[in-house]
Amino acid sequence: MKENYTGTPANRVDGRAKVTGEAKYAAEFEVPGLLYGVVVNSAIAKGKIKHMDTSAALQLPGVHQVFTHENRPGYSWFDKHHQDEDAPPGSPFRPLGSNEIKFSMQPIALVVADTYELARYAALLVHVEYEAQPHETDLEANLPRAYKPKKYKSPPPSDPRGDAAGAFDKAEVKLEQAYAHPAHHHNPMEMHASIAIWKEGGKLTVYDKIQGVQNSQQYISNAFGIPKENVQVISPFVGGAFGSGLRPQYQLFLAVLAALELKRAVKVVLTRQQMFSFGHRPHTVQRLAIGASPDGKLQSITHNAIAETSRFEDYNEDVVIWPGVLYDCDNVEVSHQLVDLDVYTPLDMRAPGGTTGTFALECAIDEMAFQIGMDPLEFRLKNYTEKDLNEDKPHSSKELKECYRQGAEKFGWANRKMEPRSMKEGHQLIGWGVAHGAWEAQQQEASAKAVLSPNGKLTVSSATADIGTGTYTVMTQIAAEVMGLPLEDVTFELGDSTMPKSPLEGGSWTVSSVGSAVKLVCEKLQEQLLKMAQKMKNSPFSEAKLADVSFANKQMFLTHAPATSISLQAILDQNEGKPLEAEASQKPDSKQKKYSSYSHSATFVEVQVDEELGTVKVTRIVTAVAAGRIINPKTGRSQILGGSVWGIGVALEEHTVLDHNLGRFMTHDLDKYHLPVSADVHETDVIFVEEKDEIVNPLGAKGLGEIGIVSVAPAICNAVFHATGKRIRELPITLDKLL
Amino acid sequence: MNTENSLQATTAVRPQLPDTRTVTLRVNGTTHQLQLAPWTSVLDALREHLQLTGTKKGCDHGQCGACTVLLDGKRINSCLTLAVMQENKEITTVEGLAKEGELHPVQQAFIDHDAFQCGYCTPGQICSVIGMVNEGKAKTLDDIRDLMSGNICRCGAYINIVKVAQEALEKNTGL
Repeated sequence: MKENYTGTPANRVDGRAKVTGEAKYAAEFEVPGLLYGVVVNSAIAKGKIKHMDTSAALQLPGVHQVFTHENRPGYSWFDKHHQDEDAPPGSPFRPLGSNEIKFSMQPIALVVADTYELARYAALLVHVEYEAQPHETDLEANLPRAYKPKKYKSPPPSDPRGDAAGAFDKAEVKLEQAYAHPAHHHNPMEMHASIAIWKEGGKLTVYDKIQGVQNSQQYISNAFGIPKENVQVISPFVGGAFGSGLRPQYQLFLAVLAALELKRAVKVVLTRQQMFSFGHRPHTVQRLAIGASPDGKLQSITHNAIAETSRFEDYNEDVVIWPGVLYDCDNVEVSHQLVDLDVYTPLDMRAPGGTTGTFALECAIDEMAFQIGMDPLEFRLKNYTEKDLNEDKPHSSKELKECYRQGAEKFGWANRKMEPRSMKEGHQLIGWGVAHGAWEAQQQEASAKAVLSPNGKLTVSSATADIGTGTYTVMTQIAAEVMGLPLEDVTFELGDSTMPKSPLEGGSWTVSSVGSAVKLVCEKLQEQLLKMAQKMKNSPFSEAKLADVSFANKQMFLTHAPATSISLQAILDQNEGKPLEAEASQKPDSKQKKYSSYSHSATFVEVQVDEELGTVKVTRIVTAVAAGRIINPKTGRSQILGGSVWGIGVALEEHTVLDHNLGRFMTHDLDKYHLPVSADVHETDVIFVEEKDEIVNPLGAKGLGEIGIVSVAPAICNAVFHATGKRIRELPITLDKLL
Repeated sequence: MNTENSLQATTAVRPQLPDTRTVTLRVNGTTHQLQLAPWTSVLDALREHLQLTGTKKGCDHGQCGACTVLLDGKRINSCLTLAVMQENKEITTVEGLAKEGELHPVQQAFIDHDAFQCGYCTPGQICSVIGMVNEGKAKTLDDIRDLMSGNICRCGAYINIVKVAQEALEKNTGL
């Protein structure tokens, strides 16, 4: 009788808006009298602006103003007023703050004009004279300067367990290698954009590309000293972000600055080139030292990471937590150090730290298995850990072994030949590789509001975002299931800072956090409905408690006697034409603290490497994922497929190349920054392994945004080794490295 | 050192602006007269002057395909062509595909196959699938993958997009 919407594939509820062009992204709102702002960026990486001549731009009819450090209005100078929800420790960059240049492509002016074309032209006329100073942008050349940050952004690396160095010395089989992961840029298809609309009385309405409207709202309020209630930030659709929208970016600051000063509406859209002028996945070098017994038992793991950061903030991510999460080993030592360079601060990018750290660890493990002469999957099984050894806690659930089993079976792993270069077809070397990964399942506090209208339509809202992850759809499913309403009677709203408080959409925690709040707020409505039904004449529910009733097919009924039922409409009719409303906040349950919660994945990959040309084609990917309950297997599968595509990019294509002579990212467009396209993506299978988890959160769902990427790149690297016998330890694996 | 602003050297102290002119564009069966600067791209004319924001800007350099529209039934990157060059042509954007509220079969297939996530590249992908069918060059699965490779999807929905394209080719659902 009960309709289960969660766990059932459902089309996206915002699908129609997206395929007709009706979905409005930040830059697309029609605003009367809108002005256009175009940003001028620094040509040097370090130094000072000696002189700026904006006269040629300003004399063009239709150019309203050129904002620079010389004429900008005042704003708060305190660091804390510029730190947003995702800010790492340090002193955040302030656009147009002074004449000091801290990184190449730093925004140094905003030209505001009547049309986009005019603003773009006028921006070319801004003449800048610089006093350049020597810059440092080369991580590898500056490794001796590596330091332990005073404060880590994410939890600091775990304390050592056992004696890693001693055990390594004694180990019979040893591996010591360095692995390099280059800088990457998020490159969502929608460029960052903001429209700031000044209104009488100094109020602002802002459309922003952001993964959390309340983060932008708080940031604007703090930086410009405007009361929060006077700033409304709206963002109903986000054209991808992958972390780039966790922090408010400089186009928001500049649009707001110009709107306040000109008392107008101003739109600032970054160019694709400017999408390379803020946060990125940091270039990171890692050293792994692994000791094992000849029968394949891990005895020692040392995992050291050194990553770039900016001169003004200490960014770090979870690069070195993975040995303790993934392997049973008594002697482990990890460290994470930083080198500050003349670049912009790195920024969380899809599975931050997980992508980087798992690549190195899983390649090193593969190398160790090969050295010992063991099947790499068997090696992982031999060193399997039931516990999270970083925290010394049991997992709330962990079906990784089932991922191995189902993935291997689907892939046909049993037919793999051990020897590299042993599976050739004509000129094509065939390689099979495996890797596994994990991603933490976290729950944050979140709130939601529910309104059940007199005609039985439900609207639930929370100030979260849908960056393509399916938030609109899964929240609708959760609410519909709890209330026993059909999907079409439920609307979920998001992306407005006036809505109930939500954390940033990131960290794969939205279903867990916002979804749990949606469930709770609907349960509050259930309580109200039951109470109202009990007040009705001769109510058969008079003795019932909430636990005794169920909701399905627009009805409430006694669970043990379903024939005793009442339609929700009949209850609502008692409310004199008024809607029922509820608001709820859901916090993580304290019992979660006794457990670690991670989603897990195992990825099996087949590659073909052309023996003569060195070209790599990923012909098959099978990823098996254990992530608790899958709310929507259709959109969930899409997330894992997307993660696989990202894995291909990480392993074979993506690399933002820094020219150290200019201190500038040179591959700053979609021609030179290579992303996977249709032709790069072949057979890809996703398996969701059943995993029950009653601890992780009230929904039992762990989140899917990040787990899909982590194990793919190392599995490809390991497959390339199996195909060619060449171990490439510096990503991406381009053909020049294989020849 | 002034690499970003090298135009300065060749620009007169008092730069002249080109005059705007009347441009007649036929979009989704409707004729529009616009007063545009001659350097306005079809993409900006659509988005900023006609408020047809279904066509997306992803790079403005012809590198991503988000701005794909159909010009007399064939695919074109609308960021790489000027509005003044496309008078008297039939431009079809994503807004012009559904007829009387009924989605074009390719639009419906995008929903049914979940061939998108964030949706930003989607209008371009949809126009590209329809254009690919119209152009008649795709014969095999690998052809489809190649001929759809001008449309980047950063969410990585390619597996499902290619499935839609295969289905569209089989059913010949062009314009």
